[in-house]
Amino acid sequence: MSAAGAEAVADAPVLSVAIRRKVYGAGGSEPVEAVHDLAFSLNRAEITCLIGPSGAGKTTTLRILLGLDPDYDGSVTPDPAQAGISMVFQEPRLLPWRTVEQNVRLALPRPERGRDLDALFASLGLTPWRGRFPGALSLGMARRVALARALALQPRILVLDEPFVSLDDAAAAALRAIVVETVERAGVSVLMVTHNVAEAIEIADRLILLSPRPASLTATVPLALPRGQRDRAWADATRRDLAIRYPGVIAA
Amino acid sequence: MGFATRLVSVLVLLTAWQVAASLAGSRLLPAPLTILDFIRMEAESGDLGFNVGVTLARVAVSFLLAMLLGVMLGIALGRSKALNLALDTPLLILLNTPALVITVLAYIWVGLNEAAAVLAVVLNKLPNVAVIMREGARGLDPGLEEMARTYRFDRRTWIAHVLIPQLQPFAVAAARSGLSLAWKIVLVIELLGRPNGVGFAINFYFVQNLNVAAIIGYSVVFMSVMIAIDILLLQRLEAYVRRWR
Repeated sequence: MSAAGAEAVADAPVLSVAIRRKVYGAGGSEPVEAVHDLAFSLNRAEITCLIGPSGAGKTTTLRILLGLDPDYDGSVTPDPAQAGISMVFQEPRLLPWRTVEQNVRLALPRPERGRDLDALFASLGLTPWRGRFPGALSLGMARRVALARALALQPRILVLDEPFVSLDDAAAAALRAIVVETVERAGVSVLMVTHNVAEAIEIADRLILLSPRPASLTATVPLALPRGQRDRAWADATRRDLAIRYPGVIAA
Repeated sequence: MGFATRLVSVLVLLTAWQVAASLAGSRLLPAPLTILDFIRMEAESGDLGFNVGVTLARVAVSFLLAMLLGVMLGIALGRSKALNLALDTPLLILLNTPALVITVLAYIWVGLNEAAAVLAVVLNKLPNVAVIMREGARGLDPGLEEMARTYRFDRRTWIAHVLIPQLQPFAVAAARSGLSLAWKIVLVIELLGRPNGVGFAINFYFVQNLNVAAIIGYSVVFMSVMIAIDILLLQRLEAYVRRWR
């Protein structure tokens, strides 16, 4: 895509998701409706957080958006195969029998495997770990490797499933800083799935609130205050306000 | 320390055997030194090398064939429910048919030849390999499968970096248990219908003149060869496969 072309579509969403209906078990057992009327879009250089109670169909939505589940009523544009989406799973899902470096390179298309990745590894603090096997890493480090694998593809969209869960505060904060930095430097669009409202309020540009199953769109809430100006008092007030407006989704 | 203990235990065993044998004074309980004598003589005549070589060749061919077919069958069974349902019962029957029955039937139906011998070993060993590999193929990590799909791994990358590493420990386990099974069966097959090999030699000395020194001598030599293969080859392979743990 030329620079002029990129300019022209800068304001258009990088991905639009519209799921009218997703039903499980249509074959034999009692069919269960997992998602119902859920539409949202992702914008360039924005962090969007998908928030909902557990079992709300967040994982189902992600699988559809990644192109892993074609069996639904609705659409994802552009097609997930062409949208430039990279995924970081909640469990890092690294190949334990391949080194950190190999794990990252194997995600690249064959002709690009030999590419220079020094800057990427350095930016994530992974340079000393390149030759190690994932078993030697802490969960926080393993998540960084998974993030490196996702970023090596130079994605337009980065999807993160509960990326900070079960990390200690320092590791979570370090990883959050990396994600924010990636968005601001490379203009990547981030979709983050979380049940941690405080975390979402800290880094998101927009919140997408899902109702309990079947998941449907409750509200899209923009957080206009720039990330650098957010403080504890603002976060607490925002959270209280959300809890009052959306009691089924956000716990008080 | 561990090695010293092992050495002492072997030496004590050998000494006790030597003493017991000289007290008994019977050729039915030959002393270790008598057996060593037989091994030396048999080696010098060339018979030992020939028979051990023939048996090793049979073990190698049938072992490799059974591994190859068993691995492929096991993976197919683990990944296809329909195929597994269709072949599970025949596999169970084969798994529980005595080695002796398979061997005798192979000789009757195929003839007293090398093909029948190899077929008998393969049929004895294949179900074990297939069952172990089936477990491996069933236990593939679904998380890694989803990751590979999300990152659009091509087929070659998936086989080399996702599938094979997950099956390797099972293949090595099947190989180790399979090798000891294969050589024990090969001896029975040779005893029943081959004109050479360790099994034939043991039968010969049994029927001819109850030469116990020869019987034990041949087994000791062949056991040593198989243990050496296990330690030098298979255990190293296992360590290599598990190096990332």
